[in-house]
Amino acid sequence: MESLALLLAATLNAGTVLAIAGLGLLINERSGIVNLGAEGIMLVAAIAGFATAVHTGSDLLAFVGGAASGALLAAAFGLLVIWLNTNQYATGLALALFGVGFSAFVGLPYTQATLGQRANFALPWLSDLPFVGVALFRHHPMVYFAMLLAAAIAWFLYRTRGGLVLRAVGESPESAHALGYPVRRIRLAAVCTGGALCGLAGAYLSVVYSPLWMEGMVAGKGWIALALTTFSTWRPARVLLGAYLFGGVTMLQFHLQGQGVAVASQLLSMLPYLATILVLVLISSNANFIKVNMPASIGKPFHPGA
Amino acid sequence: MTDTAKRRLLKFSTLSAITASLALVGCGKKEEPAPAPAPAAPATEAAPAPKPEPLKIAFAYIGPVGDGGWTYAHDNARKALEQEFGDKIVTSYVENVPEAADAERVIRDMVDQGNKLIFGTTFGYMEQMVKVAADHPEVKFEHATGYKQSENLRTYDSRTYEGAYMAGVIAGGMTKTNTLGVVGSVPIPEVLRNLNSFTLGAQSVNPKIKTKVVWVNAWFDTAKETEAAQSLINQGADVLFQNTDSSAVLQTAGKNNKYAFGWDSDMTAYSPEAHLASAVINWVPYYTKSVQEALDGSWKGGGHVWLGVKDGAIDLVSISEKVPAELKEKAEQAKAGLKDGSLVIWKGPIFNQAGKKVVEDGVAADDDFLRGIDFYVKGVEGKLPGGN
Repeated sequence: MESLALLLAATLNAGTVLAIAGLGLLINERSGIVNLGAEGIMLVAAIAGFATAVHTGSDLLAFVGGAASGALLAAAFGLLVIWLNTNQYATGLALALFGVGFSAFVGLPYTQATLGQRANFALPWLSDLPFVGVALFRHHPMVYFAMLLAAAIAWFLYRTRGGLVLRAVGESPESAHALGYPVRRIRLAAVCTGGALCGLAGAYLSVVYSPLWMEGMVAGKGWIALALTTFSTWRPARVLLGAYLFGGVTMLQFHLQGQGVAVASQLLSMLPYLATILVLVLISSNANFIKVNMPASIGKPFHPGA
Repeated sequence: MTDTAKRRLLKFSTLSAITASLALVGCGKKEEPAPAPAPAAPATEAAPAPKPEPLKIAFAYIGPVGDGGWTYAHDNARKALEQEFGDKIVTSYVENVPEAADAERVIRDMVDQGNKLIFGTTFGYMEQMVKVAADHPEVKFEHATGYKQSENLRTYDSRTYEGAYMAGVIAGGMTKTNTLGVVGSVPIPEVLRNLNSFTLGAQSVNPKIKTKVVWVNAWFDTAKETEAAQSLINQGADVLFQNTDSSAVLQTAGKNNKYAFGWDSDMTAYSPEAHLASAVINWVPYYTKSVQEALDGSWKGGGHVWLGVKDGAIDLVSISEKVPAELKEKAEQAKAGLKDGSLVIWKGPIFNQAGKKVVEDGVAADDDFLRGIDFYVKGVEGKLPGGN
């Protein structure tokens, strides 16, 4: 039982980075813009957050720094694709590649920096409960933030006027424009929010999850987060579940290895990616299934004058 | 050795991706060889003094000197050479040299600049060095981790498994659960040799030791290393050891109030609470010897050396105050034994996981055996991926 509780705890922990980035990208894509630069944004934010933590000693400032750098990069991306109508996919890919190189370059002086001992967190009283205490109540606040974020985004999208407008912009920017909504500015706001959340995820990775800086340390998590939005058919709760599923597969793989189960670790290493492809195939094969939630204008440029 | 080969290749691919992306945005980081930082004055003026011209020595590095690990250790040794030999030598280096055709160009440049002793510090320079060495018999070449030699080219490597064994001695005495955890990178002979030696070291002080191994299939993936370490801790391991490149395992141990080690360089600072000791590589003794031989004319090409504790190349440093004095003493004894040759790690009887005797009683395994290890020793749990 104890080991199951620990496995559950590790799963929640491992899924958090993916959940926050995935939820950010969901907002982003709900406005009709795909940002393939998530990996690059997360890397830049990881070094920005880490450097902030090294110089200020404050995790909170590090998160703010990471989110701000993510929003800034996303804003640059947004200006290019929303006002200059550059191709979203090509621009996003360029941003991803830029982020890999840029973070490695500015991160050089920080490869040997350390943040020292990290604090442990536990909710009072609740963390002493058997099983659930270990599994649920001894996490970094960011783990709970990810859960609250999913709920908040669901509420925003389906229960508020702002959410309705955002979805309208994603479904039919022309109609939203005709109704007098500033489509471009709404899209920019969504892109910046997405960038900020990707940035927060990157900073969490380098400041708390594995508290160090190494070039390329995001190691594909940005791409998995992108896949998650499709995987979840653009629903916040499913993004959260999908993130924990990926986290769970990773942790289970290591757990099985430690238990001496004879499964090739190489096979297990590719499972998360295999799952992504499988789900993509499944939802793409049923056009109706994916259309229910897919923002209709996704990936397409919008010219207000035309 | 394949270990280093794969690691360098991996780093090269990351590097080239970065270079490509930098070029893409038009602020490309220049990769041209850095000019020799030391003053090259004596070369320009006709020396009136009888003092001979300094020996010019060049180093080609795979990574940046600030990588905190592999290249960092080599560059520290280069600096030590300058200290040791003063104005008798002039050293220079080129960092971030990819393991590709570029390396040949860089090494030829080094020859053209008048360097007479050239160190290539990664496996992937092997063919390039063989080629250039054949064209320039007057220049001496030293190649780390390779296996091809010639008249003016020799190879050297370090016995990292001796450091792993000494760390194992401490781990065996510190564990309360009798369960050690190893985060492995890729199951190749060097890594297997290291984790087996770690287990043998632990068993030398505590025969009840079990080692759990988790492979991450990467040299360098901090999140995966973190997750693997967490998984081992969740399954009862209370002392961890890693054969990967980052300090993530040590830091995860710290977060969980468990213990771990530093690998390749002194990692105390990353988690002083969890750090028990660091197994480090020191190239200074070999480089000093090589330069001394080059200076007095006794340098000979060909041959391979595999340097260990005996040669001062491997050490266990920064042993934590949490290690009881008697256990520390045992680790020091192991070090002394390795130094004077009285301790041979791979001496029979040694059993594999299935209980079959792989090294006969009283027989010391030779280097060929060590280079080909493809099994877990007794006490290591789990199934070796792709093994039998």
